[in-house]
Order: sequence, then structure tokens, then C-alpha cells
Amino acid sequence: MPTSQRHKLMMSLLGWVVAFLVFFPILWMFLTSFKTELDAVSGTPNIFFEPTLENYAAVQERADYFRFAMNSIIISFGSTILALVFAIPAAYAMAFFPSKRTRGTLLWMLSTKMLPPVGVLVPVYLIFRDLQLLDSHLGLVIVFALMNLPIIVWMLFTFFKEVPKDILEAGRMDGASPRQELRFILIPLSVPGIASTGLLSVILAWNEAFWSLNLTTVAAAPLTAFIASFSSPEGLFWAKLSAASTMAIAPILIFGWLSQKQLVRGLTFGAVK
Amino acid sequence: MIKSVKSAAVLSSTMALAVALGAAVPAMAQTTVTIATVNNGDMVVMQGLSSAFEAANPDIELEWVVLEENVLRQRATTDIATGGGQFDVMTIGTYEVPIWAAEGWLTAMDNLPDDYRLDDVLEPVRAGLSYDDTLYALPFYAESSMLFYRSDVFADAGIEVPDQPTYDQVAEWAAAIHDPDNEFYAICLRGKPGWGENMAFLSTLVNTFGGQWFDMDWNPQLDSPEWAAAVNFYVDLLNNYGPPGASSNGFNENLALFSTGRCGMWIDATVAAGMLFNPDQSQVSDQLGFARAPIDVHPVGSNWLWSWALAIPASSDAADAATRFVTWATSQDYIELVAENNGWVAAPPGTRISTYENPNYQEAAPFAGSVLAAIQSADPINTTANPKPYSGVQYAGIPEFQAIGATVGQMMAAALTGQMSVEQALASAQSSTERVMRQAGYID
Repeated sequence: MPTSQRHKLMMSLLGWVVAFLVFFPILWMFLTSFKTELDAVSGTPNIFFEPTLENYAAVQERADYFRFAMNSIIISFGSTILALVFAIPAAYAMAFFPSKRTRGTLLWMLSTKMLPPVGVLVPVYLIFRDLQLLDSHLGLVIVFALMNLPIIVWMLFTFFKEVPKDILEAGRMDGASPRQELRFILIPLSVPGIASTGLLSVILAWNEAFWSLNLTTVAAAPLTAFIASFSSPEGLFWAKLSAASTMAIAPILIFGWLSQKQLVRGLTFGAVK
Repeated sequence: MIKSVKSAAVLSSTMALAVALGAAVPAMAQTTVTIATVNNGDMVVMQGLSSAFEAANPDIELEWVVLEENVLRQRATTDIATGGGQFDVMTIGTYEVPIWAAEGWLTAMDNLPDDYRLDDVLEPVRAGLSYDDTLYALPFYAESSMLFYRSDVFADAGIEVPDQPTYDQVAEWAAAIHDPDNEFYAICLRGKPGWGENMAFLSTLVNTFGGQWFDMDWNPQLDSPEWAAAVNFYVDLLNNYGPPGASSNGFNENLALFSTGRCGMWIDATVAAGMLFNPDQSQVSDQLGFARAPIDVHPVGSNWLWSWALAIPASSDAADAATRFVTWATSQDYIELVAENNGWVAAPPGTRISTYENPNYQEAAPFAGSVLAAIQSADPINTTANPKPYSGVQYAGIPEFQAIGATVGQMMAAALTGQMSVEQALASAQSSTERVMRQAGYID
């Protein structure tokens, strides 16, 4: 076998091994969800066992999965749309009309992600209490939009920087206003980038647990609260927790899988010139 | 003219309908009671049976928020401290009740209905849920700690376990039955760091070794010879006869080890008895022996006292409906309802004398007598050889203890894994506890 072919084979083998390692926890969770509680904690991990659906039945009996799932969809997509509404003009301004403070502003925005959320829990909780936003979709949509805004602005800024200025200038010479520039030139040109940013924002909001556990009770509780309810301080719970987790990640996993082409295209947008 | 009369008639009938509907709304209105609770077997049963309460109380609708213990504690604390009013009933433990009651965050349980039979509730449990002689929460279930052992293994080794074993005997038996080559470990104890994990067990061990957390002037006592003796015993016992990776084991991990036949002895919560006796959850259900928690030089304080109880935050706007729910969920009628639906073995343990006097319960739960004895002997006040200024058996009932227990728990886990010696761990624990107590103004 020629060296280049062997090298290619080795690399693809390595890729498969890494992919398997990354995917293994999800696979193991999926398998555990079909085990009995005793099998789930058995000392010797077993792949061959008599599968049971009792955990899924128990999970569905105890909690209304669809209500939690609907809340997750509303909150993650709602927060993404809200964040994009603010982030696209912000990134446009920073990418095409930079000032000497633009880079500093971008870094400052990112630095807000370095603060542990628990540090602002009490003030946020008090504000939400006074504004009647506790346990509401709107409250979480606002929090998640703000939480993801720095990353979204950064990503969009990077994508917009790849769009040649000349195209926008040509539009401007034809009499396009800044709004028309955005709507008819920049956004259509950056669809892969905006889509992948949006997808990432949806995934981050879907998986967020700290704020969703602390700011919701019943009406707006998303799937992270659904999972948390199956962890037990006293008693065996791994199989039921695995079933709940499988049900919680299934929609976003399928969504990510269906849109992986778009996601990869967006993330590598402009990577090779 | 006719048109205007018609309009007036339509308008007046619409208004009449609106008034009638308006009058009907209060009669149909439901009060929503939001309950924050932990996920454990007894609470799941309660959630399942709560439809019976709603059927008997059509004006009340129940909403459930089930959370993991630590998440619940953080969530409930944030809400109650800020007066968020998100919950009408909170599931809290004996540690929180006196502290939160002192802050004025809880509604006193001082106007309970006559048929509630408060005198039927076990006295130590009532004491644990009171502040200033006033009850602030009603116990849903209560637990102490006891020794579980494999009766078949002990019989093969010719060991007879007395009702009240000592820690010297435990060490002796551990040496006799330890068989790590066959993945059978003589003793399983909590090693996972945390004030409610390894420190719950270690605090009881220190109590019975004659030590305590603080003296009467709130000076930490972790550098005392009693602490050193207890922690050395714990580290030696687990390192010599415990399972590998014991520093990661909490209640659930040890439950998994014992129920799959890989532990000879386990000292932990009495609530485990029901799980270990259940053949669906345990491979050793017919080989289970139990005795009181072992003791050393001081015969009291070796078994803890904990109760998950239902409390009503002062910020609740549905306190009356919440009171109706908590009195139902902690009543003898509820316990009988559980027995009717899930069998007597599933009845919430540790709360009412009448449960333990019931012959059906005694028959279904052979461990009942031992559990009752353990709870009745657990006194949150008189647990240590020398007088102490705090209440609590396995914790010190002060707000600072969560942080202290978490830090000391880390150091004890480090001693267990050999990252530092017991002496170093205790010296660090003493100085960090002194610092917290000084900052909080307990000592100069």
C-alpha cells in the first residue's frame, strides 16, 4: 500500500476512533435507558441485556414530556431570534464601520461570559420577581438571548468580515440605504454563517441548565428541568435518568443531524481563501 | 325604534350573562398550590396519589416541581430569601427548618386541624422540625442510620451480630469477611465529599468517639484527639476493607454496591432498608441483616436524625390551601392510602407511632422495630459527650455549616485518598473552620 494511502487510512481510522469516543457517553446513556435499575448499576458493564421500556413508561407517567419539550422549543428558538435581531445590526456596524474602540467593545462583550452566572443570580432573581417574569417564557427568552449575544455578535462579526466591502459599496453607489444593504446584500450573502450561528445559539439555549432551573417552576420549565427531576439523592435512578436524558436530547440531536451540512458549511465559511 | 330596543335587549342580556359568569368565576376558581420536592421513592408515590387529594379538594390544583436535592436547596433558598413566592410548599430537611424559621421565612404550623393527631408524630422528629418550641414543618418521612450486613456471609464466618455492635467489632468482622479478589468488600461507607455525604457519617462517628464540632464558646474542635481517633479509624477501615474508589461513594453508590452483593457491611440511612428488602431493587433481599449503628466510647450520637418535611414559605399567597395539602400528605390517612395502593412496605417511614404499632406494617417491614429504635434514640440536642451549643446530630444547625461541612468534607476525602495525612487534613480543617467562625462573628 502506498504511503499516502496508508496515511489516509490511518487518519480516517483516527477520525472514527475520536468520533466514537465523543459519541460513547451518548451511546452508553441510550443503552442504559433500556436496562433495569439493577442492570444499570451492575459492577460489570454489559452490552448484552434484556431490554425493557419500563423506564420510558415511568418517565412519561411522572412528567408531561411534551409540555417541557414545547417550552424548550419556544425558549431556545425565541431567544435565538431575539439575539439575532440585535446581533446582526451590531455585527454589521462593527464589521463595516469600525472605530478605534470596536475591538475593545468586542472583547468587553466576550468578557461578560467570564462571570460565573451564580454571581448575578440574586439581582436577576429580584428583577424578575419585580417585573413578574419568574416562570415565564419571555423571561427566559430575554436571559438566553443576553447570555448568547456576545458569542453571536462575535461569530457574525467574523462572518461579515469575510464579505468583500466592495459589494456593499456597489450597493451604496446604487442608492441602497444601510437597512437595504443589510436586507438585500449582506444577509443573503451570509446565510450560511447566520444559520450556523443560529443553530449554535439554539443548541446552547437548549442545553442551558443554570438559569432555566433557577428562574422557572412549572409553566416555563424546559427539558433541563425535566432531566433534573429524575436525579435522586436516595435510591437507584440511573436507568430512568438515562431515559429522561435520551428523550430530552433526541429533538436537538435530530435537529443538529439534519442541519449538520449547513452547520459545517457555516463554521468553515471563509476558513479557506 | 325596534332596532334600538333589540340592541338594548342584546346589551342587557349580554351584561346579565357577564354578571352571571362573573359571579360564577369565584365559585369555580381553583387555588394552585406549587410544591417543590426532591426525587425519591416516597415523594414519587405522593405525587402519584395526589389525585386523591385533588378529587377531595376540587378547589385546589397541585403543581409539582421535582428537583435534585442540591438544586432544590439552592432553588428554594433563593426563592424564600428573596420573597419570590414561587412555591407554596417546600420540601426541606431538619437542617433548614430551624434556620429558616429564625429568619421568619416559614409559616408556623400552629393551627393544625384537631384530627391531625400531632401527638402521634415521633417526638425527636417534631423536635428536629421546631424552632423556639414552635413547629414549622410537618414530617413526610424521617430516617436515622443503622448497620446493614449480609446475614449469609456472617453466618458462614460464624459471626453473630448483637443488637448494639461496637466499632471495634465492626473492624474485627471486616478483617474476617473481606475478600477483594472476588470483588467482595467488607465495609461500605460514605466517602463522597459533602456536608450531607461523608460528613454526615463522620459527624456521627466523631460523636460516638467522644468529639464534637464546637465547644460551648463556638471554638472548632477538629484538632481534638477524638476527631483524630475517629478520622484515623474511618480512613484505616475504608482503605483496608472498603471498595476501591471509596472517596466517590455516596448513598446511591453504596446502595448499588450492597444491593448487587459486593458489600459485607454498610452503615447508612434507615431508609435503605426498604430498598434492600425489595427483590426488584436488590439481589440480597433475603440475605439482609441489620443492627443499630455501631458505637464507641460515647453511646449516644452514633445514629443521625433526618427528616424530609413539608413547609409553607411565608411568601406563599395560598397558605390555607397549602396547609390543607401538607396536613393531608403527612397524615395517618395518607399513610394508609399508600398501604392500600402500594402495600405497607411502601408506607413513608419514621414519622408516626401508629405506623409502627400497625401489625400489617410490622409484618411487611421486618426492619420496622430497628428503624423506630434508631429514630427514637436520635436526639438532636444531647448527642455529644460534652455539652454543645448547636442542635443536630450529623450537622451543626447554624447557617455557616453548609460551607464548613463542604470544605471539611473535601479535606476528609483528601485524607481518605492519601493526598494528605489525617493530621494534615484535620489541621487544615481546623484552621479553615476557625476562619469561617471568626468571619461570622462567633469567635474573636
